[in-house]
Amino acid sequence: MRLSRLIALTYLALLLLVPVGLVLYRTFEPGVGAVYDSVTTPAAISAFTLTLFIAAVAVPLNTVLGILTALVLVRGRFRGKAVLEALVDLPFAISPVVVGLSLVLLYGRGGWIDLPFQVIFSVPGMILATVFVSLPFVAREVAPVLREVGDEQEQAAATLGASRAQAFWRITLPALRWGIAYGVVLSTARSIGEFGAVSVVSSKVAGSTNTLTLLVEQRFQNFDLAGAYAASALLAVIALVTLLAMTRLRPRKEGAG
Amino acid sequence: MSTPAATAPRPAHPAPSRRAAARAARAGGAGPLALGVVTVWISVLVLLPMAAVVAKSTEGHFWTSVTSRQAIDALEFTLGVSLLVAAINAVMGTLVAWVLVRDQFRGKGIVNALIDLPFALPTIVAGLTLLALYGRNSPVGIDIAFTKGAVLLALMFVTLPFVVRAVQPVLMELDVEMEEAAASLGASGLATFRRIILPNLVPAILSGAALSFARAVGEFGSVVLISGNVPFDTQVSAVYIFKQIESDNPTGAAAVSVVLLALSLAVLLLIRVLERVRSRNAA
Repeated sequence: MRLSRLIALTYLALLLLVPVGLVLYRTFEPGVGAVYDSVTTPAAISAFTLTLFIAAVAVPLNTVLGILTALVLVRGRFRGKAVLEALVDLPFAISPVVVGLSLVLLYGRGGWIDLPFQVIFSVPGMILATVFVSLPFVAREVAPVLREVGDEQEQAAATLGASRAQAFWRITLPALRWGIAYGVVLSTARSIGEFGAVSVVSSKVAGSTNTLTLLVEQRFQNFDLAGAYAASALLAVIALVTLLAMTRLRPRKEGAG
Repeated sequence: MSTPAATAPRPAHPAPSRRAAARAARAGGAGPLALGVVTVWISVLVLLPMAAVVAKSTEGHFWTSVTSRQAIDALEFTLGVSLLVAAINAVMGTLVAWVLVRDQFRGKGIVNALIDLPFALPTIVAGLTLLALYGRNSPVGIDIAFTKGAVLLALMFVTLPFVVRAVQPVLMELDVEMEEAAASLGASGLATFRRIILPNLVPAILSGAALSFARAVGEFGSVVLISGNVPFDTQVSAVYIFKQIESDNPTGAAAVSVVLLALSLAVLLLIRVLERVRSRNAA
């Protein structure tokens, strides 16, 4: 028991804790003032705003359609259900770079779809990429809860004269709330942290198409290590908040069924 | 059962039987409209882009693109390192899950929460983080930046939670009585683990390892800084694809993408089969 604990904890420390701790230490080594200055430059503020904007579009879209997808997958009976299920999971397994490439091929110059506004190397493409990579989270979290909750309460409501809409809003949705919340946390974290897919479809112009993760890479490539650390620290704080939310929500989600 | 929910929207079904009515009620919120919306959403967002990649890959000489020396080297390295990562995760992930479930120590809750850190931390930050400790200015004097070992380390970081989170719930539900029976019959700790515990965990370990593999094969963000992207050496397929896009060779990029795509699909299928085995065992 002692040995297994020692090995497991050493492994986690060397892989997770020490590196993350060191980055935070290095970040704040020059002082909090320098970090503050670094994350409040116009370029950093614009990157932060764009990151939040993209998440604010992608997450609600994926939440509403994710709930709908879960309903269809759990309750629907139709041919090709297995195919649809596999397609929903696909974004988990596809390389972010391939996601970016596929959008370039679809919406870029000479692509299949020609929209009247610019998609690739612009914000709409970055939103599309983010929606793609964070697509399965809500559906994947809601589906098991939905399966477990069953439909007896809804049927009871129906026999008591509730309409479909009433049963959905008053019975189904409240039962799913922790599963939805967990899915929203995961997809928000992924939206904010996405790098590869967004990197392919962004022109990476500071002040207009840079997200926080792109800013980290850009500063690193420009040998502005302190600046890269500062932007990373900001993202790490968001990650820690995410982690806290996940830890808080997990027991409620699991207790829901 | 003449409820408004069962009768109103279905003129096509005359006089629904009890079972049909129940089915209609069960489909609450998942009617044909919902199915249509979801199908269109997934098709436009996932299916169409993937179709574009496959179509593009056939424009050039698919085989020549995939088997160019640089592409092959990247693919070989990616597959090799991903298999290694899956194997390491199978062992270490199981061990970590074991300690988290069976062991008692102070701070266990925090350790348990930390497991998800790689899922929460943006991949580019993960790469930068590892570079700070194991890179040029390493405070402990270990500099593995721009080596294959660095790629392995980055992939170990981002895939850490998969096996742990797959094995943990199975281990929690495992009946201790079987182990006690084995011990009372004189089995050693190791024999009990090998004969009783491990067989119960294998499907979970495999599906966690498969997820790690799938993730590792496509990983980009955490690898791009730390690998140094040396062609024929530390370049992984995802970075290779990125470079091909940058140097305006979308056909070559698409060809290698199709290989990765096929791998992803195969792994997804494998996981689906494993889950079926697992739920049959549980039943």
